[in-house]
Amino acid sequence: MTRFLRHRLFWPVAILVALLALNLVFTDNFFRVQMKDGHLYGSLIDIVRFGAPLILVSLGMTLVIATSGIDLSVGSVVAIAGALACLRISDLDDQNSIGGVLAAVGIALALSVALGVWNGLLVAGIGIQPIIATLILMVAGRGLAQLITDGQITTVNSSPYKLIGGGYWLTLPFSIIIVAVVLALTAFLTRRLALGLLIESVGGNAEASRLSGISARGVLITVYTFCALCAGIAGLMISSNVSSADGNNAGLWIELDAILAVVIGGTSLAGGRFSLGGTVLGALIIQTLTTTIYSIGVPPETTLLFKALVVTIVCLLQSPAFREKVFHRRRRPQSPSPVTEEKVRVSA
Amino acid sequence: MTSVTGLLDLRRTVPQKYIPVMVTAGLFVAMFVAGGIRYEGFATGQIVLNVFIDNAFLLVVAVGMTFVILTGGIDLSVGSVVGLSTMVSASLLKDGWPAFGVMALVLVIGAVLGLGMGAIIHYFEIQPFIVTLAGMFLARGLCYTISTDSIPIENATFTAIAQTRVDLGGDMWVSPSVLIALVVVLAAAYVLHYTRLGRNVYATGGSEQSALLMGLPVARTKIAVYTVSGFCSALGGLLFAFYSLSGYGLSAVGMELDAIAAVVIGGTLLTGGSGYLLGTVLGVLVLGLIQTIISFEGTLSSWWTKIFIGLLLFAFILLQRLITARRR
Repeated sequence: MTRFLRHRLFWPVAILVALLALNLVFTDNFFRVQMKDGHLYGSLIDIVRFGAPLILVSLGMTLVIATSGIDLSVGSVVAIAGALACLRISDLDDQNSIGGVLAAVGIALALSVALGVWNGLLVAGIGIQPIIATLILMVAGRGLAQLITDGQITTVNSSPYKLIGGGYWLTLPFSIIIVAVVLALTAFLTRRLALGLLIESVGGNAEASRLSGISARGVLITVYTFCALCAGIAGLMISSNVSSADGNNAGLWIELDAILAVVIGGTSLAGGRFSLGGTVLGALIIQTLTTTIYSIGVPPETTLLFKALVVTIVCLLQSPAFREKVFHRRRRPQSPSPVTEEKVRVSA
Repeated sequence: MTSVTGLLDLRRTVPQKYIPVMVTAGLFVAMFVAGGIRYEGFATGQIVLNVFIDNAFLLVVAVGMTFVILTGGIDLSVGSVVGLSTMVSASLLKDGWPAFGVMALVLVIGAVLGLGMGAIIHYFEIQPFIVTLAGMFLARGLCYTISTDSIPIENATFTAIAQTRVDLGGDMWVSPSVLIALVVVLAAAYVLHYTRLGRNVYATGGSEQSALLMGLPVARTKIAVYTVSGFCSALGGLLFAFYSLSGYGLSAVGMELDAIAAVVIGGTLLTGGSGYLLGTVLGVLVLGLIQTIISFEGTLSSWWTKIFIGLLLFAFILLQRLITARRR
């Protein structure tokens, strides 16, 4: 039982289950998943579907945070990718041509990758603190997105583009399939290949990893690029779901939600270890919270209050200092610092 | 080329720690002169005073942020606390509370929020980034709980403060908010440079471990800076309420970024322990002047402001990087 309680994902799972149970009480048929016109429908499917962009952004953010960095620019990248794709599509003669849409998507993702490389170079090449390096793109990128859309909301009418965020494929929403593919790919790259180990070692101690022959710079640039690519895909999803690009509001504050998702999922902001499963759980908790607030009839204005409450509770429960002070009153003077203990543990 | 050789000469005569502040000051003067040459009616004292008038609240908020950043922390909640302050003021004034009672209550709310966040950050060892993020959600959520609409302020005291002009002679004037902001700046500069608390702030930011080993009250200092920041945000919120004469849950969204940008452009290191309040004042002025120039230009759209601020941030961070790299 204690082993179960101490599992890293115990608290996130417990909170998600509690939120779902709350829904069961307040909403009829919450867990019913129906088949309509060959598509799956239901509240649970909706949670995953609307949470898909957040899960994607959080996945990228997890790897960045594992290197003890942070990427504040994801919200701007979301806006830029959506804006550029919509601009290219709205310039097409035939907005439904698959080739044209693919080209637009390709260009938007290429720009996202370029922005990620820029972040990576600032952090790894010049050695600027991640929070500041990405703050530059966060501020300037929002302006860039508005520059692309000329301050307007660019609308498109393209069914192939609509598929990315709002369409269905094999009875499932297409966005869920994208998330599953990206998640599987990330899990394979980081847990079956050495990349995950490299990321964790750079996060644990960048200098020591460099001395032991790991190209810390290469790893850093890779994770920032991956994070921006994830944000770019999420941006396409968000703009495709509403068939328009809003340079001002698309992806606003998604970086904060993503960081929360990562932290709720048990990845320490100090870096050195990460949990992809935890991040997905964290993102689902945030999305379920939003859905719950709507479904139990609490005014939606209070979403932020609940978010603040949940964040505080989860962070306090995960804080070694808090657990020590509240649950075991005595602190042994000679015990090794809990922070260093957490850092060396490499999760499977 | 003269500017480069000038800089090189400077380095020999001026201690390196003053260079970022001097560069910011130089930038401000250069922007002002360039604006004066390019636009008619730009090079007047009132333009500078207008920058102060339009950014008095940001100045106060940035002062609080400087304290936090000097200890190596960060406070993301300031924008929301500004919004909450305008909201609390507007709704209580509508219910007929006396103006000064409302002001006192708002300041207490801000300070208590900061105190709470500081205590959680220190005692439970949670990252400032996350704790103040939760604080940001909390304050913004409270705003929406009060009301989602904009509430006008019709209280006589508030409107009187909003409409008063303090004449400085020669057709120049400032608002009372500017005077309040300047008092805050002077008080903060005194605290930072001439009191124990100020020295502790720099020491904690330089190295928390060393400060602890030296026997400095790190816990008290860390909690104090977040309290100061909360108080400054609440005061900034009051000034914002004077400026806009309304309370709105969405006001000051993103102000934390402006405040952080002002502090960074002012030459304060984000790792803590190094920087000056004067730099922050200059940082706010530079941000304000960018907006003024863009509005004088007329054809440039508002989003260029963000792009310019991003470029400036980049340039200044690069400069800081060069200076700290050379010091090693």
